[in-house]
Parts: sequence; C-alpha cells; structure tokens
Amino acid sequence: MTTTPDPAFASRTYPSGPVHTVSAAKIAEFARATGAPSPLHTDPEAARAAGHAGVVAPPTFLVSLAQATEAQYVEDPAAGIDFSRVVHGEESFTLHRPVVAGDRLVPTLTVESVRAAGGHAMVTTRVDLADEDGAEVAAVRSMLVVRGD
Amino acid sequence: MTSSPTAPAGTIDLAALAVGDVLARTTHTLDRDTLVRYAGASGDFNPIHYNDAVAEGAGLPGVIAHGMLTMGTAITGLLEAVGDPTLVTAYSTRFTGMVPVPPTGEVTLEVVATVGAIDAAAGTARVDLTAEVDGAKVLGRARATLALPRTAQGADGQDRA
Repeated sequence: MTTTPDPAFASRTYPSGPVHTVSAAKIAEFARATGAPSPLHTDPEAARAAGHAGVVAPPTFLVSLAQATEAQYVEDPAAGIDFSRVVHGEESFTLHRPVVAGDRLVPTLTVESVRAAGGHAMVTTRVDLADEDGAEVAAVRSMLVVRGD
Repeated sequence: MTSSPTAPAGTIDLAALAVGDVLARTTHTLDRDTLVRYAGASGDFNPIHYNDAVAEGAGLPGVIAHGMLTMGTAITGLLEAVGDPTLVTAYSTRFTGMVPVPPTGEVTLEVVATVGAIDAAAGTARVDLTAEVDGAKVLGRARATLALPRTAQGADGQDRA
C-alpha cells in the first residue's frame, strides 16, 4: 500500500526548538569533508583575528540541523512520506550573518507546501534559525520529491 | 580576469567584478571515503550513500553521493577564490543528476563559478555555478550570492592584502 504526502500538512508551523549549540568540532569536520579551504573553519585564532567569536561555518553547514528539524515532519507517519521514495529536489541557504561556533540557534520548522506534480509529490519545508533573542540568523529551504508508482 | 584560471586565494578584486568573470574553475574527486567522511560530518547516514545492496534495492545503479555533498563541495572553489567564506550570504541549487560512486576508484566533479549578475544597489553579486561529472550536469541553477565590499578597499581589506 502506497502512502502519499498529506496536503493538510501544508502551511503548518511546528513549535520552535530545541536550542542547538553550534560545535567547533562539527564545523571543522564538515569543512574537511567538503573541502572548504579557509582556516576560518578550523583555526579559532584565525577566526578571532577576523573578528568572529568562533570558527565560521561553511555555507551549507546548517543542513544537518535543518534535516534534524525537518524529521519531526518527514518521519511523522501521519505526514504520509515514504522515505524510500524520496529524492532530494532542491536546497537553499540564506545566511543573515555568519554562523560561528558557540552560536545558540533556535530552529523553527514550517511546511511551506505539499503539491502533486505528474504522479509525484513535491514537499517544501523551511527551517528558520534565530538566536535566543529572536533575531534571524539563517533560513534553510528544502524541496523533496516523493516518487509515485 | 575573465576565463583566467583560478586565482590564488582571496586575490580577486571584488570591487571590480564584471558579469561573465570566471571566479573559479576547479575539479574535485569523490570516492567512497569521501562519502563516508561526509556521512559522519553531516549525520546523513542514509545507506544508499555507502551500501550497494541497499542502493540497488532502491532502484539506483549503486551507491550515489549525497546531493548535499555535491552542493557543499561545488562551492569550495568559489570560497577559495574570494578568501573570506562569510562573503557568501546565500546558496541554492536543484539536484538534477545522480552521482554514482564506484566501490573503488573515483569520480571527478568539475565546477565553474561565473559572475551572473551584479546588484550594485544591494551590494551583491550572483555567482552561477556549473557542476558536471563526465560532462553531465549534476546541479541545476546553482547560485551563490556574494556580498561585495562597499569601497574599493573593502570593509575588511586586511584579509585580502
């Protein structure tokens, strides 16, 4: 029996949180794994000399926090997303300021749309990251294609 | 600098960009080790990125690279060219082609970063990235936004001295 994404989830915003502390070790690991060359990712002294409070995250680093946040939707059986049929369609990062080690980020998940298209379904989510004072830090938008039969 | 090879790190004069300038032309090798390292770094442990039996069971030709590994790798040439990675304030792409990665050996990702548009009022440039494996595009409409210095020297010119 095939499940299909439930359009009733569109426009749903989940409760914010939990707070995530950005790790210097994870930034360095991510930079090495993708080949991001700047010492600002790995050397705290270089980062401080450039005016940052900690090592700087590469542009796509927030994907991990975003995907962990999206899980509360895509792994909800009621959402009807068969993950064995999911293909990553699009990804987008908007950085309002540099993300650095030690940042405490509050993620908020919104399901922007659930649409049928040619036998497939396209699900777009957005994870907004704010600091603990509520100031916007970044947004990560992801579109998944759920293949039909 | 149009069509010049990749400039040394951070030596591009961002105040003098023109549409069509090639900022970086780079190649990146991906192998199974790369995929495992990215899985650990990102926390994406979907077995289609390391287990051939699972990948084939899902209808794939074999293990494929994480789309996010391709996306994250494709921008590193631009990051090196501009020197300061915080100048990239937005980055988006569509995933248009799978990147199968064989159990042994490697595949080569070829990336070109070209200035696509300049928004003087916003103080930004749009950089268009092409990413190909064996001549086939694997990313579509891959675009990064670069923050440009407000003056010829740049607000933090010491980094590019």
